[in-house]
Amino acid sequence: MTVEPTAAPAAEPVIERPAARTATAPGVVPPPSGLTQRGDTAPDTSGGVGESTQRPDGVLKVTGEFAYASDLWHRDMLWGHTLRSPHAHAEIRSLDVAEALAVPGVYAVLTHEDLPAATHYGLEFADQPVLAVDRVRYQGEAVALVAADHPETARRAAERVRVEYAPLPVVHDEASATAPDAPVLHPERDDHHAPFVPHPNVVHRQPVTSGDPEGAEALAEVVVRGEYTVGMQDQAFLGPESGLAVPAEDGGIDLYVATQWLHVDQRQLAPVLGLPPERVRLTLGGVGGAFGAREDLSMQAHACLLALRTGRPVKMVYNRQESFVGHVHRHPATLAYEHGATRDGQLVYVKGRIVLDGGAYASSSPAVVGNAASLGVGPYRVPHVAMEALALYTNNPPCGAMRGFGAVQACFAYETQMDRLAAALGMDPVELRQRNALAQGDLMPTGQPVDSPAPVAELLRRVRARPLPPEHPWEAVGAGGEPGVDPRELPGGLANSSQGEGIVRGVGYGVGIKNVGFSEGFDDYSTARVRLAAVAGEPVVTVHTAMAEVGQGGVTVHAQIARTELGVSQVSILPADTSVGSAGSTSASRQTYMTGGAVRNTCLAVRAELLRRGRERLGAAQPGWHEPGLRLRDGAVVTAGGARLASLVEVLGEDAIDLELEFRHRPTQPFDRETGQGFGHVQYSFCAHRAVVDVDVELGLVRVVELAAAQDVGRAINPRAVRGQIHGGSTQGLGLAVLEEILVGPDGTIRNPSFTDYLIPTILDVPPMPVDILELADEHAPYGLRGVGEAPTLSATPAIVAAIRQATGRALARVPVRPEHLTTGP
Amino acid sequence: MEFLRPATWREALAVKAAHPEAVPLAGGTDLMVEINFDRRRPEILLDLTRVPELRAWRAEPGAVRIGACVPYRTVIDRMAAELPALAQAARTVGSPQIRNRGTVAGNLGSASPAGDAHPALLAAGARVEVASARGTRTVPVEEFYLGPKRNALAPDELIHSVVVQRATGPQQFAKVGSRNAMVIAVCAVALALHPDTRTVRTAVGSAAPTPLRATGAEEFLTGVLAEGDHWATGRPPPPAAAARFAELVAAACSPIDDVRGSADYRRHAVRVLARRTLDRAWRARPRPTPEGAPA
Repeated sequence: MTVEPTAAPAAEPVIERPAARTATAPGVVPPPSGLTQRGDTAPDTSGGVGESTQRPDGVLKVTGEFAYASDLWHRDMLWGHTLRSPHAHAEIRSLDVAEALAVPGVYAVLTHEDLPAATHYGLEFADQPVLAVDRVRYQGEAVALVAADHPETARRAAERVRVEYAPLPVVHDEASATAPDAPVLHPERDDHHAPFVPHPNVVHRQPVTSGDPEGAEALAEVVVRGEYTVGMQDQAFLGPESGLAVPAEDGGIDLYVATQWLHVDQRQLAPVLGLPPERVRLTLGGVGGAFGAREDLSMQAHACLLALRTGRPVKMVYNRQESFVGHVHRHPATLAYEHGATRDGQLVYVKGRIVLDGGAYASSSPAVVGNAASLGVGPYRVPHVAMEALALYTNNPPCGAMRGFGAVQACFAYETQMDRLAAALGMDPVELRQRNALAQGDLMPTGQPVDSPAPVAELLRRVRARPLPPEHPWEAVGAGGEPGVDPRELPGGLANSSQGEGIVRGVGYGVGIKNVGFSEGFDDYSTARVRLAAVAGEPVVTVHTAMAEVGQGGVTVHAQIARTELGVSQVSILPADTSVGSAGSTSASRQTYMTGGAVRNTCLAVRAELLRRGRERLGAAQPGWHEPGLRLRDGAVVTAGGARLASLVEVLGEDAIDLELEFRHRPTQPFDRETGQGFGHVQYSFCAHRAVVDVDVELGLVRVVELAAAQDVGRAINPRAVRGQIHGGSTQGLGLAVLEEILVGPDGTIRNPSFTDYLIPTILDVPPMPVDILELADEHAPYGLRGVGEAPTLSATPAIVAAIRQATGRALARVPVRPEHLTTGP
Repeated sequence: MEFLRPATWREALAVKAAHPEAVPLAGGTDLMVEINFDRRRPEILLDLTRVPELRAWRAEPGAVRIGACVPYRTVIDRMAAELPALAQAARTVGSPQIRNRGTVAGNLGSASPAGDAHPALLAAGARVEVASARGTRTVPVEEFYLGPKRNALAPDELIHSVVVQRATGPQQFAKVGSRNAMVIAVCAVALALHPDTRTVRTAVGSAAPTPLRATGAEEFLTGVLAEGDHWATGRPPPPAAAARFAELVAAACSPIDDVRGSADYRRHAVRVLARRTLDRAWRARPRPTPEGAPA
């Protein structure tokens, strides 16, 4: 079946509106140009919801003027440096800092013995030492800290800290982690999952069972089984971990930092610093990308500890190599699946087991497990399901949040299974997917009803209906009219490895399902403070949230929402800090829904208060104030019929309206520990891809020729930003398909911690990415919107690998696909 | 760290004689990475970019002399006709920013087996002019590479220039990297037809401890071409011979497994590239005149 769009049609083509290029203070959104000469089709106030308004930080970033957290500077500041373990697993026999302390220019050297209060921290539970105590569990674990008057001095001094390590056996996979004699990495663990796990080196395990999966085997006429591997992907943000901690006169600390969630940092820092939360004040620094890698603490506690100890501001900036051990990565995974179907292509059952390598500390592994298990069969209607996902403790680098969060690994496996099932059935792979596509009203394997549009079949139809890009795109005409070759259009690019030799084309499809927002009963609220006041005779809205702008464009969207709800063109976005309530995390595709929703919610309350004041002050003289359907437009209150009642400035007078309110999505429930049943997710998000590739089958080099996407976004608050998210997510999916992997040796050490050997796509690797945007409203969400950022990361990878399979005939059960997988061996 | 900036070549040699530990700096595209990653902390940096003659290049009889500070960008823009393989190799180096700074002499100074210029220099034929306060000497490029990141420079010597033979026939350079731009070679092959001497030269990068010429393959193919009178007739070498040539090039390699690729893959890819570069070069060969000499 297919789902026809019921709400607005696809948003393309989008008409871009040129926005003003006025010079303003950082963080202030300039109003779009032409405010006084709007076209007739503009919404109530231009620059509002649905328009592609320009980012306030866009030009600054492109021209290199944007101040990132690594640019922070204080005239009295010291530089912090972290001494890290070279071993993946070792006992610390002794630790001597005397020689380091004696280095001229060194102000402090700290070890675990110097910690003032709590010694451990963590996102879900506090299992990670601030500084290693008597044991290190991964290569790169922080052991000691140095503050010095120059970064080089700090680094040199750190080399003089004498640490005696006694290496321990390394736990590096499921077999070594769960062997009867395996070293238990956290023998003291007392977290809420500990009593239920099958082995102490399992962080969390979540089964999801529906129907009668054992009994269903007899009903299946065709069965396909497969085992899959997903390598360790890095978020590879461009701005490394950085921040500046400034000790305050009240004994507290002011931390300026690039992070994803100011308040969760504050919540973890306060106990470690031994300070009440209100004296741990955070302000967002300029963030150069996040993608999940800034959810956990990195340098935050370390810089604050050094600052409090020395009484001086302390700056810390990781270099690229340190960054690779300074943040969590995407969980590598092994996945075993069995799909049973009838001969006409109806899915009967899916059994799956997903093993995620969580590395040395928990981070957000339990939530990643919940996602992998609950979304593990994909966007399909499956009557009988037996899924199981678990995360391991190992001595590999810690893994946690990355765009797609447990759904990426599963999607590669279930989409490969769907292709193999289609082949076994002799069916078209898109038709098989459409026949089993999830739709509104269906039940997830968790028993949760899909109670908003789920146009899975339609998204597939749209990507398939696009015309295919021309073959032999490299064939060009030379200057003299003779046939030429454009190497940029070939696998290998300018390396001249092919001039057309050995190229075979392939086409593949993928579709995925991602949850939006925090799940499993988490109280996932956002706060927004909105102030409406008259400034120099003009109404001005000031929006203050703690939302981390990490590049997603939240600051753009907040201004749009304020303009639409309050009919005011001048909107100031204040810097994000902890003087306002939590905005939750900039992750889980949630910020436009949640903090955007909070801005809207508070704007509506401001609006109600404004109208109340207007009625009170002016209602006696103007009966129009008592009509229903009053609107705010162009800085004035107008009746439903369009009659102007008063300017906002007249209503406000000298009195501002200033409100701070929390906003919540509908509550969710934890999954049952045995069956996985429960109303676990806030919202689902769907994206489909068609990938077209040219493969040099002799050299195993791949060029993705086109990567077309179709996604339902509910409502495109800023269509250009939506396309940017889909392009970015698709590109990270492309990276996982053919390039990006942190290679970890059997000793637990990272072998390619640099952008020389951890390869992310360049402009020559990224193809044209046509995007088809559906806007099918979700009635539970503000404006009907659906979180956008993650879903495209899921399906890009399996679509590209399916296309490579078609070109090469190889099985390809592992990503990323490397040239040797396509040429040597079986 | 001391930073010395000689204004003349003589001054540069004097500094190097007085401080053999001084590390020369031209584009800095290798050295600065090592410094930034804290892998290397030279006591003295010797910045050569102010020495005018090192920034110059000029045609010489049958060759092109490239000063030690001439960037890849200039090789691409100005030398593509005379030195096609080197220009093609230069196009594959790093990013535009790196090509604006990095130099062929820097590739030689670093002597990484993965340097992109090396196979092109070996196939075209080149010599490295090195100098010290003691005097100047010329090293054939084949003798310049001694091991991974080791070259024939004495501690007091600097590279003055590279003299590359002007192409007398078609040349090809091709490399494999796992990304379509800005990538270090997994392996690379260069091939030059020398119709004047009726020889073929071919060289491999990133597939042995040093860049190397595949002399066995060269001799085999040179023999095949002579025996079959291919230079005169213009007929391509028989497919079996071309395949055998590619096998011999691959056999000359002694690659390793590393994060960039497996040894097996490198051998395989070298074989594919050797065959492709030969086919392309032969196709690009000018049609022979009736007398049998190249037009």
